[in-house]
Amino acid sequence: MSESAPDLDRLFRQHAGRLVAWLGRVFGAGRLDLAEDVVQDALAEALRAWRWSGVPDRPEAWLAAVARNRAIDRLRREARGLPAPDADVAPPPDIVLPPPLADDTLRLMFVCGHPALGEPVQVTLMLKTVCSFSVEEIAAAFLARPTAIAQRLVRAKARIRALGLPFTVPEPPEMASRLAPVLRALYLLFDAGYRARGGDLLVRDALCEEALRLSELLAAEPRTATPEAHALAALVDLQHARRPARQAEDGTLLTLDRQDRSRWDQAMIARGFHHLEAARRGDRLSAYHLEAGIAAAHAAAPSFEATDWPAIVGWYDALMATAPSPVIAVNRAVAVAMRDGPAAGLALLRPLAADARLGGYTLFHAALGELERRDGRPDAAAAAFQAALALRPNEPERRLLEQRLAGCT
Amino acid sequence: MPKFMLLLHDSPSQARRIAPGDMAKVLGEYRAWSEKLRAAGQYDDGNKLADDAGRIMRPGKDGGISVTDGPFAETKELLGGYYIVVAPDYDAAVEIARGSPHLKYGGRIEVRRVDFT
Repeated sequence: MSESAPDLDRLFRQHAGRLVAWLGRVFGAGRLDLAEDVVQDALAEALRAWRWSGVPDRPEAWLAAVARNRAIDRLRREARGLPAPDADVAPPPDIVLPPPLADDTLRLMFVCGHPALGEPVQVTLMLKTVCSFSVEEIAAAFLARPTAIAQRLVRAKARIRALGLPFTVPEPPEMASRLAPVLRALYLLFDAGYRARGGDLLVRDALCEEALRLSELLAAEPRTATPEAHALAALVDLQHARRPARQAEDGTLLTLDRQDRSRWDQAMIARGFHHLEAARRGDRLSAYHLEAGIAAAHAAAPSFEATDWPAIVGWYDALMATAPSPVIAVNRAVAVAMRDGPAAGLALLRPLAADARLGGYTLFHAALGELERRDGRPDAAAAAFQAALALRPNEPERRLLEQRLAGCT
Repeated sequence: MPKFMLLLHDSPSQARRIAPGDMAKVLGEYRAWSEKLRAAGQYDDGNKLADDAGRIMRPGKDGGISVTDGPFAETKELLGGYYIVVAPDYDAAVEIARGSPHLKYGGRIEVRRVDFT
């Protein structure tokens, strides 16, 4: 009964992903949907049971046992070739499943990275199957429509079945080619956790911690510790280090300028810089290098005022040149505003309103409102804050937006 | 004070539709509701019923008793559990049940007064 909401979130999502990965290994990747199915059964059963009895002492073991039993049921039924009820058949031999392994999660991610699938599909599968994302959450991560994601998933699963993809971890030469979508999925996993959508929570720690754990694993494993993997680990460490300072006592989101920097996790920052150092060994600057560079510039700044904005704008310019996205464009405009003043930022931000993908992106409207306010147009600022509020941000964001909105009148 | 039995009918297939990312929230809502009942002194008893078919007993043809498995299908609605709550009348009992997240998540609640007379 003592489990808190974040603990439970961690359990349902993270552990569910691991169970799917474990069962995926047992059934084979061709039967991913079956693995997902029995885990979903186990979760539903947990939900129905625990609302009466409370959460058992070892919920992970409870879920694993139920998922295991369901899996065995399914295998037995299939072994019997779905007989009619009461058919007189011999019971199948006992089916013994191996115990779950921690690195099954990474294994399954690499399986989902099969080159026959293409990167958006690979990443979508990883998020759905391994990270327990809902279709809506995947759509938000890709700034896409849920229907498009649902179709993508259906086609992907049909293709996996048709190809009979084996559930094996690829050998080093192939592993390298499959690393890119794995890093991408971990990036999106972290991002989804770092800024939780809707609900009461600012951060979904379960998602951030799983992204942290898996990117550290990749950076520690010689076969996968590429400069890019180190760059991602650096990015995750340097951003997550700010976690303790991102919320006021009353729950309001604190933006960088209002954070107490002494509360940043210095050990995590040190680890981030260590990864950044290792990431410099390569001859190519990936998007993770550039974003880690930005996070490092913040981590290194003694105060918000002393931030090296020209350097940060430089990193964003490089990002726009190599991996442009509407979200990067928004962040770049904010950095330019810090370097050159709000009018310069607004000149970049306002034209982005035409981009349909940003219409539902809370931070775009929040940034627009903030720059309009600083540039002396409270009415325009209020309209933008209202647009942000209409998108049903999470509670800490909502509180901040309400404060800003109240400051406009 | 009269007591009422809230019979929570449940559909496992409905529970399967809740995304893993929402489960902690849903469980929290159920817990908050039952804790609220306890705090308000409205809680008397409550238990989950096992997810099996149960047994149905009937008088048999030759004066004996027939015992059969109950009508259970995994995908259909089943009686998931019950609460006994303390309330002055049906309106109040219905009000208590209204606060349960059960209805929001596709369940059905039957409210019956315990007849002491």
